Amino acid sequence: MEFMPSLYTAAMRMTRNNADAEDLVQETYLKAYRAFGTFQEGTNLKAWLYRILTNTFINSYRSKKRRPDESELDEVEDLYLYRRLGGLEAAAAGRSAEEEVLDLFTDDEVKEALEALPEQFRMAVLLADVEGFSYKEIAEILDIPIGTVMSRLHRGRKALQKGLFEFGLERGLVGDAG
Amino acid sequence: MVSGPLGDDVDCSDAVHTMYHFLDGELTPERRAHIQEHLEQCLPCFEAFDFEAELRQLIAQKCREQAPDSLKVRIAEALRQEPPGGFLGAQSHDPLGPKGGIPNL
Repeated sequence: MEFMPSLYTAAMRMTRNNADAEDLVQETYLKAYRAFGTFQEGTNLKAWLYRILTNTFINSYRSKKRRPDESELDEVEDLYLYRRLGGLEAAAAGRSAEEEVLDLFTDDEVKEALEALPEQFRMAVLLADVEGFSYKEIAEILDIPIGTVMSRLHRGRKALQKGLFEFGLERGLVGDAG
Repeated sequence: MVSGPLGDDVDCSDAVHTMYHFLDGELTPERRAHIQEHLEQCLPCFEAFDFEAELRQLIAQKCREQAPDSLKVRIAEALRQEPPGGFLGAQSHDPLGPKGGIPNL
């Protein structure tokens, strides 16, 4: 089950809890098994599986209560995190000071920052940055136009940076220079 | 983007503006080459791009989950209970069997 760890990762970031994530992955495999006759040999198997996963999530697991600001994200400037980590002392050779700071974020903080994004942005960022899909593949998986993929990625990534920055502030990793 | 008579000049604002497309590998080869050239000449942009690339790796790494072994077992069991013919037809009812099993999904 080559894709299972990836599917499980995606399921965890979508559902935000282990029990639902496991159920979601199992349901995905069952659906894939049953529908395999419809899969066209030679086409993108991974994207096909992810399409089943995201549709199943949307139809069965997504929270029925939608937050009113679900589809809105504030504008965040480019290079948000980079600009705020500037001015640090020189770090070990080969890496910038900013990159050293990145290492200090815990796994939980990064997961939480991603999970804090409204769903549609979270899914786009997850598919691009964690799973490595192309814009075209993401458009197929989410059944949205490529332009929408780019826009959600653009805004989602910057919002993620802002979320990380906030963790950094809480832990005193960064100062509030902006 | 400014086009000069001898080629295209990319300024820092262009570079930052297309940074995500560049890092996503979604620029045309020509456009990519222009940005690449700018990065070779502009240290501040190079460092910013480098940071963003590193951030992306960090996100991928830290968000990855180890799937529990029990989940694999559970799924295999669930698939075994399905009527044959799902992945590869009626030959073998054991989805994990050596002949006619699941293609590696």
